[in-house]
Amino acid sequence: MITENNQAKQTRENAVLENVVIRFVGDSGDGMQLTGTQFSDTSAMFGNDVATFPNYPSEIRAPQGSLYGVSGFQVHIGSVNITSPGDSVDVLVAMNPAALKTNIDALKAGQMCIVDTDEFNKKNFEKAHYDTNPLEDGSLENYKLIQVSMTSLTREALSGMGLDNKAVTRSKNMFALGMVYFIFNRSMDHTIEFFEKKFKSKPELVEANIKVLKAGYYYAETMEIISTTYQIAPAKMRPGTYRIINGNTATAWGLLAAANNSGLELFLGSYPITPATDILHELTKHINFGIKTFQAEDEIAGITSSIGAAFAGSLAITTTSGPGLALKGEAIGLAMMMELPLVIIDVQRGGPSTGLPTKTEQSDLMQALYGRNGESPVIVIAASTPENSFDYAYEACKLALEHMTPVILLTDGYIANGSAPWKIKKTSELPSITPRIAKAGTTYNPYDRDEKTLARVLAIPGTPGMEHRIGGLEKDKKTGNISYAPENHEYMVNIRAEKVKRVQDYIPAIRSEFQEEGDLLVVGWGGTYGSLSAAVSQINNEGYKVGHMHLNHINPLPKNVAETMKKFKKIVVCELNKGQMANVLRMNFPEFQYLQYSKVQGLPFTTFELTERFKQLI
Amino acid sequence: METKYTFKDFQTDQEVRWCPGCDDYVVLRAVQKALPEMGRKKEDFAFISGIGCSSRFPYYVETYGMHTIHGRATAIATGVKLANPNLSVWVATGDGDAMAIGGNHFIHLLRRNINIKIILFNNEIYGLTKGQFSPTSLIGQKTKSSPYGNTQPPFNPGELAIGSSARFFARIGGNVPKEQTDLFIEADKFKGTALIEVLQNCVIFNDGCFTHYTDKEVKDDKQIYLEHGKPMIFGKERNKGLVLKGLKLEVVTVGENGVTEADILIHDAKESDPTLHLMLARLHYPLATGIIRSVEEPTFEEREETLYNKVKETSKYKTVDDLFFAGEIYEVK
Repeated sequence: MITENNQAKQTRENAVLENVVIRFVGDSGDGMQLTGTQFSDTSAMFGNDVATFPNYPSEIRAPQGSLYGVSGFQVHIGSVNITSPGDSVDVLVAMNPAALKTNIDALKAGQMCIVDTDEFNKKNFEKAHYDTNPLEDGSLENYKLIQVSMTSLTREALSGMGLDNKAVTRSKNMFALGMVYFIFNRSMDHTIEFFEKKFKSKPELVEANIKVLKAGYYYAETMEIISTTYQIAPAKMRPGTYRIINGNTATAWGLLAAANNSGLELFLGSYPITPATDILHELTKHINFGIKTFQAEDEIAGITSSIGAAFAGSLAITTTSGPGLALKGEAIGLAMMMELPLVIIDVQRGGPSTGLPTKTEQSDLMQALYGRNGESPVIVIAASTPENSFDYAYEACKLALEHMTPVILLTDGYIANGSAPWKIKKTSELPSITPRIAKAGTTYNPYDRDEKTLARVLAIPGTPGMEHRIGGLEKDKKTGNISYAPENHEYMVNIRAEKVKRVQDYIPAIRSEFQEEGDLLVVGWGGTYGSLSAAVSQINNEGYKVGHMHLNHINPLPKNVAETMKKFKKIVVCELNKGQMANVLRMNFPEFQYLQYSKVQGLPFTTFELTERFKQLI
Repeated sequence: METKYTFKDFQTDQEVRWCPGCDDYVVLRAVQKALPEMGRKKEDFAFISGIGCSSRFPYYVETYGMHTIHGRATAIATGVKLANPNLSVWVATGDGDAMAIGGNHFIHLLRRNINIKIILFNNEIYGLTKGQFSPTSLIGQKTKSSPYGNTQPPFNPGELAIGSSARFFARIGGNVPKEQTDLFIEADKFKGTALIEVLQNCVIFNDGCFTHYTDKEVKDDKQIYLEHGKPMIFGKERNKGLVLKGLKLEVVTVGENGVTEADILIHDAKESDPTLHLMLARLHYPLATGIIRSVEEPTFEEREETLYNKVKETSKYKTVDDLFFAGEIYEVK
């Protein structure tokens, strides 16, 4: 937190902070995502721990200056362990009145608000529904307001370069970034290199952006009102090679690693849908590795083409978000019935229906577990941070291939677009993957099973002597031929369920973090890990005894869930839905009483609201 | 290939469960006779189907097969073929499966031109659900779901296919095994998506729907069997022919009104402009059968292969690890 410095106005003080939250907000065309990414990358390379949270509208270019066109990027950096992008903000950079209006409530009292005064005009006040000028009407007196005519200063910095007005206004975000770099003692080198690379063929744009960046930096240096600059020391992180990665890229790379280590060709059948599409984008870039990506005509063709590829011996993937998962339901049932390996990735977003496409939610859990006709259990796992999306994507592939079943991997918009440092893993460091593929020359029965896992073996078309037919009809337990026999059907339903249940033997035990016993156990799953962990950490620092059990394996659940929960007086299940995981736990472990904390606002939990709630419950 | 297969090699031990007298038996036998002639190994075929009477097909062909869900055979086959382009992939589908519930996948497969063969069993009715009108049922047709007559105008599969950029379209009666076998072999030789519409009689729910075209007595007068490079002549007497009059095809009689054989159109299945093929597909008298259109272009999988080779050549990354460690990485000591 930044503390007000009342003393030295003449000589600038340099204060040391543990962590700071900065939010850049502007029009969706103002380049706030780029600005935020540059600041977080620079900070990560400096050695800080970092978490980011982009928050943008679904309109691509909403009318300029409008409230619903505001795009934001929040970054939390620290010399301490950072698990969430933070809730309240220490520095707000608002590029126009609409951005100010929609974000000022997040700024902590007394903290810094930097605005581009050139955008504070009558027209923009109207668009932002301001009756008076907020810079003058006293409404911001609780904040440290830093008024800068960024647009004019940018224009000045670029005068004589012969750039058009559009290019000039487009680079004013670099002015803001330059200022923030100065305030936080950050080097501009990374951003300079970034532009040199990005606009290699357009040297005038490289020059323009660097000029404006430096102009912002040096302008801040001359401003008396900026009485303090801040240092955030490098964090203590495990030694190694790192990079900043977002959840979608980490997911895509986990799949690449799994293809590499399984020796199979990756096939992705997919249809564009927010916020999952970036996985398709990322994988398509890397067809050089012999992977195949197929943009299908719809969600159903996305998954069914993957089912075809799975039958033909590929590592088959399909990616989607909630509405797409609904469309894929019947096909998941088919893959489950044919016992084919298939990974379905659902990057959850706000629902129901079209819902909130660019916002986050965890409301597809029930759909993932039960959204199919008939008795149709599949493995369901969830990633919980941007960087561990890599591990869970990898594990989803491993489980699918080794247990011959569809696996649904749940991530969400928050971790998919959020980014964090990832200690890069070499493919050789990862667990091995052994696909169950029949070798020519052996006897083959499609529904022979492994004694331990109950997984069947796949014979790939093209293998001589193993020609066979599979399908969606019930099949005889021995021959695999169509069978409507009553007892056989029941046997098959049971054995398919038992196969998934036995995956318990292949997943790690769960543990409660912070406390192994205590007054309250906070239970979460998936993408809320960072927020819950930050809140539980804080409340323990305040002297409470609170544990955090976070589920990544949902079907089946780890074996020791009940055992872990038993050691706490109370249990609260926190999730971004109306209580879906709480109900899953109620069903599985009815002996416990579950309190709930639900939020469905399209936004992640804040530490403040969580800790307040936990205190009430204890 | 080491051994020469016979049709028996492609028979399975499964009891065939179609209604007695169904044309599906004819098609099954014609396929089993065609497969040994394709010069491929038995294990290199995959038959994919959706739901419907004809979708039982894969169970009866001794090779790899999948009997899947309604409408999705074409999409599933797409995945099989893209994953392993060396396979000869066949789809068995019906008018409802391909053009109602699976319409989207059907037109997109044709558009993409993936080397997959589609046998479309068109019987103008839903058989397996016991007799509702289908997307090819005629206006006025009385079915269980249209007891007072169907009010939905039908698709003409050939028209739909050519409109969807089909490069290969053939039509054949359900009762002519020899011609069917020949067509399947030709379809196999063709590089690209091939659609073969079989006019399949449903003995239970739509019996006789094609009799006025396919009955032995009328067949030669009511159908024109098209062959590439040959004049469009038909009729028992082989004296009827097609000419182009304005923007329409017209039936003329050779020897009448000064018409000579030289006036008759020559069938060019390989003409890339689909205009005339479309007119032939739409024709009711005579009904065009045989290969109406056969125009080879690069297939989707060939384009993908070319792209892959190009990207691979210029890629900075040899291994996945190269990618992970490339770009903006930093060390923590």
